[in-house]
Amino acid sequence: MLWACVLLPQLALDAVLRRCPDPQAPLALVSGPAQLRTLQAVNAAAAAAGVRAGMRLTAAHALLPGLALVEHDPQAEARWQRFLAAWAYRHSSLVSAQWPGCIVLEVRASFALLGPWPRIEARLREELALLGFSHRIGLAPTPRAAQVLAGLRDGLAVTQPAAMATLLDRVPVARARLPDDAGERLRHMGIGDLRTLRALPRDALRRRFGLPLLDHLDRLYGQADDPLAYYAPPDHFDVRLELGYEVESHTALLFPLRRLVGDLCTYLSVRDGGVQRFVLRLEHEEGHSDVAVGLLAAEREPALLFELVRNRLEQVRLERPVVALRLLARELPSFVPAARDLFDPRTRQQQPWPQLRERLRARLGDTAVHRIAPTCDPRPERAWRPLQGDEARIGDAAPGLPPRPAWLLPQPVPLRDPRLRIVSGPERLESGWWDGDDARRDYYVLETSQGQRAWAFAPPGEQGGWMLHGWFA
Amino acid sequence: MGTVVALDSLLAAQTLWHAGRASAAALGEPTGHAALDALLPQGGWPRHALSELLLPADGVGELALLLPTLARLSQAGATVAVVAPPYVPYAPAWQAAGVALERLEIVQATPRDALWAFEQCLRSGACGAVLGWPRQADAQALRRLQVAADSGQCLGFALRDRRHAANPSPAALRLEAVRDAHGGNAWQVRKCRGGPAPARAFALATR
Repeated sequence: MLWACVLLPQLALDAVLRRCPDPQAPLALVSGPAQLRTLQAVNAAAAAAGVRAGMRLTAAHALLPGLALVEHDPQAEARWQRFLAAWAYRHSSLVSAQWPGCIVLEVRASFALLGPWPRIEARLREELALLGFSHRIGLAPTPRAAQVLAGLRDGLAVTQPAAMATLLDRVPVARARLPDDAGERLRHMGIGDLRTLRALPRDALRRRFGLPLLDHLDRLYGQADDPLAYYAPPDHFDVRLELGYEVESHTALLFPLRRLVGDLCTYLSVRDGGVQRFVLRLEHEEGHSDVAVGLLAAEREPALLFELVRNRLEQVRLERPVVALRLLARELPSFVPAARDLFDPRTRQQQPWPQLRERLRARLGDTAVHRIAPTCDPRPERAWRPLQGDEARIGDAAPGLPPRPAWLLPQPVPLRDPRLRIVSGPERLESGWWDGDDARRDYYVLETSQGQRAWAFAPPGEQGGWMLHGWFA
Repeated sequence: MGTVVALDSLLAAQTLWHAGRASAAALGEPTGHAALDALLPQGGWPRHALSELLLPADGVGELALLLPTLARLSQAGATVAVVAPPYVPYAPAWQAAGVALERLEIVQATPRDALWAFEQCLRSGACGAVLGWPRQADAQALRRLQVAADSGQCLGFALRDRRHAANPSPAALRLEAVRDAHGGNAWQVRKCRGGPAPARAFALATR
């Protein structure tokens, strides 16, 4: 097995920075009680001004009055680590987010699919950069060694166990990620690197430092199994994005929304699924309002989904300021990409019908686009029904009826024309006694003075009081 | 008038044609009515363009004219979109005319959104034919529709009131519904791309 480790040195900060419209502005994460605010992490712009992590907030303010502050949230860190584990799951089936601040994944099994390590590494780096997370990557035959090597130098890759052992022997104890404060204590005892440490008698080590140190060493060198808690992807998507300020306009919501939809699509493509129904929850100081987005077929195209949410969002009136966005998708059906004929005469850049349909539905309403199907009811107003969605087959109408008009009026209206001529008829229609909508009519085909052919009915046995019900157009 | 346009490109686009010389190839989409195909210079509906039907009232045979084309396109697997129809398309009759209802999509829209939806359907390239009723469309809006039909490569049919006949239109083909000598309905070509408008009217054989 070969393990890659993706170290995320500033996970909490990146998670905040990636939703900032201007990541170049100085920013710091703060924590601690109100009297003793301490900086947890600072971005590059703040560091350039001399602000450091661990500094008191008052000191930082003295150095840089314009410093933007965001409350540090330890839970957010864990959440983003899980998100990245989901992302890594597309490159490997064995992914672990067990250790804080890093993700390890087994890559040897993926070589056949994704190509040799340099190509996988380039791919990991490219995708992480797109997602907006700074990272260091290492590769080694054991997961712990990969973690240690990634911490030593970015891009360090060892594939042979023997070479790994030689390399590990030269690692200073303080940087070998030994449990608790063992590394620091060993350094004070004058033990420089791991080779010296391993040369010490195991019994004495165990008595002084306990079993975890020996376990760690064995697992580091691959002399003992390293059971990891592997990541299993959840079956729904739920990401909440706190805005940090009150938003009252749609346009200010679009930037974070684009990120959210992008994250959703990343998640979907990892699962090789699509989304059919999701809710965008706009959280206010008190309560929340929901924007539901429903599609007729599963989709996972980021641009399309973003445009749909945007269209729906723009129809919503923001009555109260929004403080957080949350995207919830519980139904994640499997995604079937649109199949195209090899010899399709239509050109490539054209939009497929499902995309156009969602576009129309987003603006015109959920029921705006439909198909029509005949039913078996003899009453004309019930002889057809609208049909939503993709139903493959449409049945045939009842056979043997006289010709029917192509246009039907939604409601019959009186037909007043002094020069009506009866072309054919009557056709007696008597039906519907069973559902209370009883109809007894004589249908005639009439010609109007303008040359139109009308389909009109009169009470049974009469030829007058015409009610227009359709046009033979 | 700064740019010089090559004559060949104008001839190829059929915006310019030789008088008295019938176009050799049948470039159009067959209408399903042999007499009308013979009358039109392209031998059918102009492809990738907007055709305008000018009606004195609804229900004068506009669907009888169009249904054979829609039936053929839908059976061939192309989507046919009907945007904001003035009445309910009656499913049994459309099916009896041969339209594959699986491919017929009805788009309901308010008059304000109908023009937008019509243009979207034309432009997307997802449809084989699109029917629309642009009521308040001016020349500029029709021009947009014509360009949309061109870029979406589909047949666009704009059904409008006859009073617009006097106004110029960018549509590639304009047909007006008229009463013929026998009191029946006929279609008179008012404008067609690729040749002079024929003087004879076309009457549907059966109604």
